[in-house]
Amino acid sequence: MKNYNIQDALFYTKEHEWVKIDGSHATVGVSDYAQDLLTDVVFVELPNVGKEVKQFGQACVVESVKSVSDVYSPVSGKVTEINKDLESAPELINNDPYGKGWIYKLEGVNESEKSNLMDATKYKEFIAGLAH
Amino acid sequence: MLLKTPLNEVHKKLGARMVDFGGWEMPVVYTNQIEEHHAVRKFAGIFDVSHMGEIMFTGKDAFNLIQKLVSRDISAMDNGKVMLCVLCNEQGGIIDDLTVYKFNEEKYMLVVNAGTQENDYQWMIQHKQNFDVEVKNVSFEITKLDLQGPNAQKILQKLTKEDLNEIKRYRFKEILIDNVEMIVSRSGYTGEDGFELYFLNQYAEQIWNKIMEIGKNDGLIPCGLGSRDTLRTECGMMLYGHDIDTNMTPFESVYGFAVSLNKNFIGKEVLEKQKNEGTKKKLVGFEMIDRGIARQHYSIFKNGEKIGEVTSGTPSPTLNKNIGMGYVRTEDAIVDSTIEIQIRDNFAKAKIVSLPFYVRTKN
Repeated sequence: MKNYNIQDALFYTKEHEWVKIDGSHATVGVSDYAQDLLTDVVFVELPNVGKEVKQFGQACVVESVKSVSDVYSPVSGKVTEINKDLESAPELINNDPYGKGWIYKLEGVNESEKSNLMDATKYKEFIAGLAH
Repeated sequence: MLLKTPLNEVHKKLGARMVDFGGWEMPVVYTNQIEEHHAVRKFAGIFDVSHMGEIMFTGKDAFNLIQKLVSRDISAMDNGKVMLCVLCNEQGGIIDDLTVYKFNEEKYMLVVNAGTQENDYQWMIQHKQNFDVEVKNVSFEITKLDLQGPNAQKILQKLTKEDLNEIKRYRFKEILIDNVEMIVSRSGYTGEDGFELYFLNQYAEQIWNKIMEIGKNDGLIPCGLGSRDTLRTECGMMLYGHDIDTNMTPFESVYGFAVSLNKNFIGKEVLEKQKNEGTKKKLVGFEMIDRGIARQHYSIFKNGEKIGEVTSGTPSPTLNKNIGMGYVRTEDAIVDSTIEIQIRDNFAKAKIVSLPFYVRTKN
């Protein structure tokens, strides 16, 4: 199995999104495992600023050469900012999934939704169970 | 249970991502689909396409039966010629697109798609009737490798005493490659120069490894079905089950050239009528003007009205734009006109362009 970069301070979904929660604010992206599975990301359809997303609800779309994948929001909230750089450089998701490859930011986040997510340790076990 | 080519383990060892394609477990990408694409355009790539089918026609009536089955006149074929043909049903619908290899008047090989192979074979047997010909499906005995790209000849030449210059475009020879007997044609599905190799399964690993080793210094890499798809789309080549199926006829797709009305064949009546009266729909190529990638089954609109559907769409690594193909009403199939592709909730502008998108510059 490949050695995936799973960052400690983040929470993860079974659909391989990550979220960094900071009080009532959050930043969302897709994990290193997800970007590897997607292969070359060539297009990102960002959510509109102001969009209300629900936990595990569809938030936006990431496309590789061959596939179209929905991104599900790890937590509920209102989109306050989107990563416009992804419009001209969607490969940032492959090159730096936890940094420059972030997708959107939320406000109005309820921290208790964390209990439905995996921490880094659990997520590592989860993807180890998927790969064989 | 998925079918496996003799090279299945080799692909897995190379780290390929395997997918189900037409019931076969096939490599879709080894390392990076876009790099694999560029390798074929600039250097060379090798594809395991052993999932494709080979059906042998031997006997006195081999010519007559094929002439009845395919819409294109094969009477002018020389021995050693390869011809792209279409197999139609009585309604003119495309059962498959295939290549016909002529060995002699009494021996031909038909190379068919993986997903359609069994159906094609049954169709051929069903129409064999009183023809004096043996029709044999040898698909599971044959390994097929496509070596494609500007360096393909240079690489393959190192493995044979035959002068490969002697094999012209759309021609084949039975020769020794690394001392293994095989059928080698100068043809392919990528728009580049290159060869298709057919030989017995028992030599699959030997030949694969040899070509990989010999080709390394000329930029050869293994390529998956993902890059095969972007390469063929750039050339406006049809993918069965996407751009063509039994709901489309040769005239509606790009295969009008493969219909010869000077002979009898299955589907002729309908196709003759279409030739005279025109078709209701027509396949077109388009380039995206707005952001977005068109995908199979997305709707095509013009002035708010639905006029058709996308059959293939992809980013084009060579042209660096998003391209696609689809069927629209014939009256709307106008080059340079603007259409809209519905991508989820958006209507993205696109422009109809003539096919192919890409033509290689001869060197």
